[in-house]
Amino acid sequence: MGVLVRVGATAEGVLVYLGSLAQLTGRALLLLFVSPLKRSRSLQRAIHQAMAAGVSAVPIVSLIAYFIGLIMALQGAYELKKLGAMQMVPALVAISVTRELGPLITAIVVIGRSGSAFAAEIGTMRVTEELDALSTMALDPIAFLVAPKFIAMAIMVPCLAVWADLMGVSGGCTFGILGGGFSAAGYFVNTRNNLVLSDVMTGVVKSFVFGIIITAVGCHEGFSTGAGAEEVGRSTTSAVVVSILMVILVDVVFTALFYLSGGA
Amino acid sequence: MREAVPGAPIISARQLRVRYGDREILHGLDFDIHHGETVVILGGSGSGKSTLLRTIVGLEKPHSGEILVKGTNLGRASKREIADIRKKIGLSFQGGALIGSLTVGENIALPLLEHSALAPSTVEVMVRIKLEQVGLSGFENFNPAALSGGMRKRAAFARALALDPEMLFFDEPSAGLDPIMAAGIDNLILNLKSAYSITMVIVTHELASAFLVADRIMVVDKGHIIANEPPQTLKNSIHPRVRQFLDRVPDSAADDNRVDHLRLYVEGTR
Repeated sequence: MGVLVRVGATAEGVLVYLGSLAQLTGRALLLLFVSPLKRSRSLQRAIHQAMAAGVSAVPIVSLIAYFIGLIMALQGAYELKKLGAMQMVPALVAISVTRELGPLITAIVVIGRSGSAFAAEIGTMRVTEELDALSTMALDPIAFLVAPKFIAMAIMVPCLAVWADLMGVSGGCTFGILGGGFSAAGYFVNTRNNLVLSDVMTGVVKSFVFGIIITAVGCHEGFSTGAGAEEVGRSTTSAVVVSILMVILVDVVFTALFYLSGGA
Repeated sequence: MREAVPGAPIISARQLRVRYGDREILHGLDFDIHHGETVVILGGSGSGKSTLLRTIVGLEKPHSGEILVKGTNLGRASKREIADIRKKIGLSFQGGALIGSLTVGENIALPLLEHSALAPSTVEVMVRIKLEQVGLSGFENFNPAALSGGMRKRAAFARALALDPEMLFFDEPSAGLDPIMAAGIDNLILNLKSAYSITMVIVTHELASAFLVADRIMVVDKGHIIANEPPQTLKNSIHPRVRQFLDRVPDSAADDNRVDHLRLYVEGTR
C-alpha cells in the first residue's frame, strides 16, 4: 500500500513539474507576441543571450564534437577493418554524428554552460529581491528575463548542433586521412553520398526541442529557488540533472518517432 | 504637520488579511493614506510591516479584504492594471535589489528606457540628475557590488525616483547604516517631501527617523495596527505595546521566567 501511495505521489510530482514547465514556456511564448516591453530592447537582450549561450559555446562544442567524431571513426574502424569495410567509416561517422551525437553532445554542453547559468542567475535574483524589484518596476520577469532566453536558445542550439555535425565529420576525416587511406576531398564526398537531408534535419528538430527544454528547466529551477545562497546551488544542480534526464528521454521519444515514421 | 488632503485616499485597505501558506501575517487591517502624505509604518521584526508594504505594491495578494491603490483593487486587478499602477510607484528595497548584471547607471536608466520614449542621450542626463539628487554623482559606471550598503540604498532611491513617481515606498531605508549615513537618508526623504508632493510610505523600526519624517505613524504589531496617528500624539500614547516600543522596554521578564532552563539544558544535552 505504502509503495503504491509513494508511486502515486511521485507520478503526481512529475506531472505537476511538467505542468509548470509547460506553463512557463507558454507564458514566455505568449509574452513574445504580446510583449508588454519594448520590442527593440527585448531583441537586444535576446541577442545578448544568443552570444552568451550560443557563440561563446562554439569553441568547446567544436572541440568535443571533433574528438567524438574521431573516436567514432576509431571505434568503427576497429570493427569494420575485420570485415574489410573501411570505406564504410565515413558513413558510420556521418550518420551517427548527425542523427544523434552532434545534437546530444551540444545539448549536454549547453546544459552545463547555459542551463546551469540560467538557474543560478534567476535564483540569485530571487534571493536578492531583484525579481521583486523588476516586478515593481512593471518589468515582468518572464518577459524581461525568460522570453529572450527562449528565443536565443531555440535558434542557437540547432545552429550549434549543425556546427557540431560538421566538426564531428571533420574528426572522422582526420582518422580517414591518417589511418584510413582517404584523401580529405574523398572523405567528404563519401560522407555527402551517404547522408540524406533528413539525417541532418532530425538532429536539428531534436536540438530545437532540447533548447526549449533546457531553457524551461533552467529558468523554472531559478524561479523556484528558496531563500539563501545554498538554495541557489541546489537549483543549479537540479537544473543540470533534470535537463540531462529530460533531454535523454525526449531524445528516445523523438528517435523512436523518426524510426517509426519510415526510418526518415 | 501637513493636514490630510480631503478627497479619496490614494491607498486604502479594508479588512486586509494576508497569509503565507496557512500562517496569517496581517489580521484584517483598515487604513487610508492620502495624497501627499508621508506615512511611516513602524513595527518590530516580524510584526508584518514588510508584508504590508509588499501587499501595497502588489507583490503579495490579499487572502481576503481589499487593498485599493488609486482606486484599483490589487486583489482583483489584471496584470496590465497592476503594471499601470507600478509605473507610478517607486520602491526602494531593504538591500537595494539593484540588478547585479547592470551598472548603477544602467539600473537607474532601466525603467526610463523600458517605460518612456526618451532618447538615450536624455536618459543619460536624467540618470546623472537622479544620482546627483542622492549624492552619488560619478558612480554611473560602478557595479552595484562595488558600492557600500548605504550607497546601494541611495542608488536604489535614485532608481525608485527615476520615473518621477506619484508614490514612493521605502523598506527599512536606514536599517544597518551608521548614524551619519542614516541621518543623510532622513535628510534625503525630507528633501523629497519638501520638493515634490509625493506620497511616501516608509517602513522602519528606527524611532528617531520615524518621528523626524512622518506626517502620520502607523504602528503595526503582530499583524494588527495598534496606533495610527500623527507623531505628536503618538508620543503621548498610553497603549501598552506602543509605549513598550517607544520606551524600548524588552518583552516582560515574566516571559523569561516561564522558560524552564533546566529542562532545556537537559534536553539539549541528550
